[in-house]
Amino acid sequence: MKVEVVGCGVAGLCAATTFAERGCEVRVVSKSDGPDASCCSWWAGGMLAPWCEMESAEPLIGIFGAESMAFWHRLELKPVANGTLVVAHSRDLPDLRQFSRRTTKWDWFDAAAVADLEPDLAGRFSNGLFFSGEAHFHPRDVLELLFARLEALGAKIEVERGMSAIELAGDPRDADWRIDCRGLAARDVLTDLRGVKGEMLVLETDEVSLSRPVRLLHPRIPVYIVPRGDNRFMVGATMIESDERDRVTARSVLELLSAAYAVHPSFGEAEIVEIGVDARPAYPDNLPRLRQRDRTIFINGLYRHGFLAAPALARRAADWVLEGKQFDGAVDTVHGDWRAA
Amino acid sequence: MTLTLYGTEVTSRLLLGTARYPSPAVLQRAIAASGTEIVTVSLRRESGPDRAGQAFWSLIREAGVRVLPNTAGCKTVKEAVTTAQMARELFQTDWIKLEVIGEDDTLQPDPFGLVEAAKILCTEGFQVFPYMTEDLIVADRLLAAGCEVLMPWGSPIGSGRGLNNVYALRTLRAHFPNVPLVVDAGIGLPSHAAAAMEFGYDAVLLNTAVAKAGEPEQMARAFAQAVVAGRVAFLADPMEARDMAAPSTPVVGRPFSARD
Repeated sequence: MKVEVVGCGVAGLCAATTFAERGCEVRVVSKSDGPDASCCSWWAGGMLAPWCEMESAEPLIGIFGAESMAFWHRLELKPVANGTLVVAHSRDLPDLRQFSRRTTKWDWFDAAAVADLEPDLAGRFSNGLFFSGEAHFHPRDVLELLFARLEALGAKIEVERGMSAIELAGDPRDADWRIDCRGLAARDVLTDLRGVKGEMLVLETDEVSLSRPVRLLHPRIPVYIVPRGDNRFMVGATMIESDERDRVTARSVLELLSAAYAVHPSFGEAEIVEIGVDARPAYPDNLPRLRQRDRTIFINGLYRHGFLAAPALARRAADWVLEGKQFDGAVDTVHGDWRAA
Repeated sequence: MTLTLYGTEVTSRLLLGTARYPSPAVLQRAIAASGTEIVTVSLRRESGPDRAGQAFWSLIREAGVRVLPNTAGCKTVKEAVTTAQMARELFQTDWIKLEVIGEDDTLQPDPFGLVEAAKILCTEGFQVFPYMTEDLIVADRLLAAGCEVLMPWGSPIGSGRGLNNVYALRTLRAHFPNVPLVVDAGIGLPSHAAAAMEFGYDAVLLNTAVAKAGEPEQMARAFAQAVVAGRVAFLADPMEARDMAAPSTPVVGRPFSARD
């Protein structure tokens, strides 16, 4: 079977990989000649944190996340399985308690245990939640690895900068199916998609060392810091109801920096290596789903759960196309009717 | 039982904020469950130069409720006035919930900036819903500035502490029996909302208590019931509390006492 995958963010690359691994002849069509800053996966935190996400996400994300973990652990580039540490300053302890009530698979750590886990945070936090089963990786390395593997799997890569909406609305060219993974760009067809703007920073300092993502709970500015190696730390991310993909506000940077500074004052001396922004594609319920129109399947709405959900969605798309199997909860067969729900 | 705010009659006495929900779909369900007819919308962060927050706003409009835009997060008079002007253009309404924040930790209203901004906006034809402390004099100045509704805080925004200063809230009610009074901010539980309604507040505005509940839709329903219960109780003229027991059945001269 011939499959055309449009888009090379994490959704597209996972779909292409899955179809190629299952014996399909895959062609990837993308506006860029590989993963780059034009897709919002590029800006992701790279946290595989399904248990933390359960604090506010629907159970479906937990199911997808657990399943996707297995996919990522099969890669040559193994995720760093050091867990996640969630902390709050003493005046925000009610938030930490609430977080613990709404999540599972954590251990409650006191100050000594927090210091044991992350020595640089010694004396800074009196309590923390440790999610030992979670992991993280560098999303850009992972995207590039997936892309390289695709070529090894025999997939063809086509750079097509101007694939028009009309072409995309028609049948796939020289393929049995098209898997449309264009993210927010697919709004021309998926009219209920919206953007949720996220801004992030990369800081560099050799004065702080962290072994795992640290999430700081705060009523207004929750933030996470993901160690990226080479003394670099990703600080993210804002969540703003906006389609903007190219404008970082001073306020957002201020808030992210303040939060990083609150985790450790040495971040105040760090170099700002990068300031990034993009908009996450989301449906009104912030849940990802598959939709079909003619010979096209759309994988979209991954919101802030790209790396958590993409492998699980890719598998469902392949099961659908190759075996006619549909999964509850992940599939809208009739686009448009859903919106009334 | 209707309430009139700047000439608009509403039946529901619960006003709901739209921030911090897990998703717009959950927000829509919470709005429906709350029965509210007015929701507040913050546009400061969402509005880029290209009005890039349209998708979210149209989801709110789908809920079919009246929008009360707010100036959340504004710290100066100028910021608040500019935001209000932007909101008027964007949402096609003269209504504005005016917030001028004076302090970051308590998100306490700055009463001086608030009165100044209210004066400017009322002159420009806005119908201002000022978010204020429970101070009687500030209330008086806001009314003099042209406000026809007052929204004193219960306690700091998002704290969920309920009504911190019941005495002052009651004082406001007593002094301004004919001004619509809305408790805004600090409500954490339906019982807090009911309490405000029981001593005669006209409505309650809240956000975090519903948005951050584990089940926002259920919590919205609970608040709707509490607000109705409090209002009906107020209209039913509650009994006065007293220091000594007042038996509901006579005890003197009981012919015999029960023994087993």
